[in-house]
Amino acid sequence: MPIFELIFILVAALTLGAAFLVVTSKNLIHSALWLVVALFGVAIVFALLNAGFLAVVQVVIYIGAIAILMIFTIMLTRFITQSTGPRFNTNWIWALIISFLMFGGLIWIFNSWPGINTQLPPLPADFDPIRQLGIALVSPNAYVLPFELASVLLVAALIGAIIVAWERT
Amino acid sequence: MIPISWYLLFSAALFSIGLYGVLARKNAIAILMGIELMLNAVNVNLIAFWRYLSPEKIDGQAFAVIVFATAAAEVAVGLAIFISIYRRRHTVAADEIDLLKW
Amino acid sequence: MSTELLIWLIPLPPLLSFFLIILLTNRNKGISHTLAVGAAALSWIGSMVVIYRAFQMEHLRATPFASSIPWLPTGITWLRIGVLVDPLTAVTLFFVAWTIFMIFIYSVGYHNFGQPKGDHDKAGLPPHGATISDAHGHSHIIPSIEPMYSRFFAFLGLFAFGMYTLVVSDNLLTLFIGWEIMGLCSYLLIGFWYAKPSARAAMIKAFITTRVGDVFMLLGIAYLYASTGSLNYRETIYNPEVLHQLVQTPTGFLGLSAAALIGILLFIGTVGKSAQFPLHVWLPDAMEGPTPVSAMIHAATMVSAGIYLVIRIYPLLAAGMEHGQLTPPMIMMAIIGGFSALFAATIALAQNDIKRVLAYSTISQLGYMIAALGIGAYVAATFHLITHAFFKALLFLGSGSVIHGMEHGVLHTGEHVDPQDMFNMGGLRKKMPITFWTFLIGGLALSGFPIITAGFWSKDEILADAFAHQQWVTFFSLAFGALITAFYTMRQISLTFLGEPRSKSAAHAKETPWTMTVPLIILAVFAIGAGWAGIPRDFPLIGGVIPNWFHEYVGHSLIEAPETIQFNFIPLLTSLIVSIGGLGLGWIVYKQIGAGVPDPMQQLLGPVYKVLKNKYYVDEFYNKVFVQPAQWFAETFTYLWIDRKVIDGFLHWIAYVAGIIGNAFRNYIDKPIVNGFGDWVAETTKKLGSALRPIQSGRIQQYMILALVSIAAFTALFYYLLVYVR
Repeated sequence: MPIFELIFILVAALTLGAAFLVVTSKNLIHSALWLVVALFGVAIVFALLNAGFLAVVQVVIYIGAIAILMIFTIMLTRFITQSTGPRFNTNWIWALIISFLMFGGLIWIFNSWPGINTQLPPLPADFDPIRQLGIALVSPNAYVLPFELASVLLVAALIGAIIVAWERT
Repeated sequence: MIPISWYLLFSAALFSIGLYGVLARKNAIAILMGIELMLNAVNVNLIAFWRYLSPEKIDGQAFAVIVFATAAAEVAVGLAIFISIYRRRHTVAADEIDLLKW
Repeated sequence: MSTELLIWLIPLPPLLSFFLIILLTNRNKGISHTLAVGAAALSWIGSMVVIYRAFQMEHLRATPFASSIPWLPTGITWLRIGVLVDPLTAVTLFFVAWTIFMIFIYSVGYHNFGQPKGDHDKAGLPPHGATISDAHGHSHIIPSIEPMYSRFFAFLGLFAFGMYTLVVSDNLLTLFIGWEIMGLCSYLLIGFWYAKPSARAAMIKAFITTRVGDVFMLLGIAYLYASTGSLNYRETIYNPEVLHQLVQTPTGFLGLSAAALIGILLFIGTVGKSAQFPLHVWLPDAMEGPTPVSAMIHAATMVSAGIYLVIRIYPLLAAGMEHGQLTPPMIMMAIIGGFSALFAATIALAQNDIKRVLAYSTISQLGYMIAALGIGAYVAATFHLITHAFFKALLFLGSGSVIHGMEHGVLHTGEHVDPQDMFNMGGLRKKMPITFWTFLIGGLALSGFPIITAGFWSKDEILADAFAHQQWVTFFSLAFGALITAFYTMRQISLTFLGEPRSKSAAHAKETPWTMTVPLIILAVFAIGAGWAGIPRDFPLIGGVIPNWFHEYVGHSLIEAPETIQFNFIPLLTSLIVSIGGLGLGWIVYKQIGAGVPDPMQQLLGPVYKVLKNKYYVDEFYNKVFVQPAQWFAETFTYLWIDRKVIDGFLHWIAYVAGIIGNAFRNYIDKPIVNGFGDWVAETTKKLGSALRPIQSGRIQQYMILALVSIAAFTALFYYLLVYVR
């Protein structure tokens, strides 16, 4: 239904606009806040794709933890007395070119995939993504190993972050 | 309704913008934000493919969950590093952190 | 021992003594002279044995003692060398062996063996005397031993080897070798006292003057070899067919035949070696050498070698002679010989040095022999050669004895007079009797005193031959020369021995030891008796008592024996008049010359005397015409202009050009191109490095960009290759 498309277009525009502002904002806090907006937009897209659990996880983890963490770090690493200087480095032209190339390349690859215009399939009858996800994450036949590894990764990251950021006296 | 191509286009655009942010921004935290954008684009891509190609399986979502965990870990460590660098050099501009040579 | 082997061995003992003295015994004077005199004695014994056997042999000319070995390979033939003893060789060997032996013994005493070493004697200068103190504490200066004693005997030995080689050889090549060895020894011995500048000049003069003659001689030898293919006497000179062919061959040079030209060329060698005009200038200066040298080399042996050569090649010189008409070489010999005889005799009149008189006398007498050969008096020339060797050696040794006695007086009194100047002598007959009597005998022989001296017989025979062949010019010039000879001989004897001493040194002269007087006595015996072997058969009274052995013996060494001359009174009378007259005149003029009185001849001859005293200014002429231009050529033309300017200039120019090229290479090639290339490589590397350096900036965003750009490029490339290149 067209409303679906309209919503998608709005959300996509919002997200892309916010992302654009993230990378082009002069003020770093503004960038962080626009990042929050972009992450929200992505959450909505997840919701549009019937991945409701992930939408919530996105908001909680990304916005609630990661973005906040970023803001903390911005606060901790600011020189108030100094001017922020130009926000782009000297090679931004090249970066632009690369971005466009990457975008163009990706589009082209997608276009050469025959299933590019697949329509939305109907949901299966016993659609219960949360339950399925839960089982998949702990089932030995499924993804228990990546799950456990991810846990270990998080522990390592935790410890590592603490140690790296530990203030040496 | 919406063919998958819209979602793919959207994720490609988001990814490119994130790439631009990674490559062009001076502030290290802004680079990290660009990385976040790119990871989010990847996630969108994954979920889109899950929904359109095999919604009955849950593998797509599981993958996306792992990506979440990885992204979180990475941001944590990365920010810890930035803070450590900031303590040493009093700067987080990527241009000035140039010891990765010789 | 076979005679041939003995002949080969005769020259060797003196050569051996030369090497042994030079290499081993130079320091020990006693051993050196023993070696030398012993070697001379050995050669003398060998010569006597050979001569004895030669006299025994019948028909020695037809079958002489001969032996040869092949020596130089010349294509398919060999040049042979060897020894030959025919009658001429035998008689020559006789006088050579005796005179050499006597002179070796004489040298022992002459160089004062047994005397102490001198006070400041140096090698290279004559000894100056040693101071000794006798029992009463008086110090006397006595003659000292010669410092270079052994060296003298070594050279004498080498010389003896040369002379013996020349005499016994059977071909012109080894004769020439002996000739040149004697030339070398003459050079070394004239300049024996090499520290004296006059001796050095004299030795060079002698060598170069004789060299001029030797060059022509070598040309003659080469021509003979080219014409006949051999240098052996019996194959060429004593071979009638060869002679005939040589006479027939015209040379195109002044209309001479080959025989005449070869003869003239070889004769020029004799002109040099036997000091005939115009190459006579070296002989008087050669008196710088010690007196035994003058005796041996310049009286008895070396100058005689020149005469021996012309006697030996007489058949070649006389080839083509018809009916007593002289061939061109003979005419040349007669003219040069006769002229030299008279020329040198006149110069001897005005000389005051005792040895110079004898030197000019030698030139004169050699002129006699050459003139005799020139007119065909073969036997007479040989005869005079032998008698002259004996009495001239006697006279020179006698003069050496006189000089020795005078030097004794000079050292004793400390007077500074020239011991060789006759005008400082006088009255020596009382002080040196043996020397006086032997010198007198020699002088009479030289003058041709009748009957009892050998000189008479040989000179008379020459005059008789000249008269019989109606060679009036030769006859008169030789007769006049004999008169002058007798005159200056008596002048010499009177000034030296008769009258009263004219200086203190003469008054204190002393007789010389036995090593010097015994050879004088022995030679005096020969000076008297050697002539009696050749008394002509038709001589009044005593002719025929002793057969004319010499004429028979030597005459038959030629293919056609020369006929005996019909006896004629006129030459005999001429001989008697000139010799006795000359002797008498000389005695009258010079018997009472007091000290400080000038020479009467000076007053008598006036300005002519000055010319004679200066030897007709021949030396000055040669100096201006030959010596100075040669020096200019060497010093200025060759050295300064060619060597320094042209050759050195050329070399400097090459160096200059090399320098320019080097600099060009350096500045235009080496520095910019080679160095530049090296530097350019380094610079470029540095620049490349500097240029590439910013790639590794340490900024990770830059790395990322680079990586992504590279991936994009590679992807495009791979896509292109995979899809389109199929």
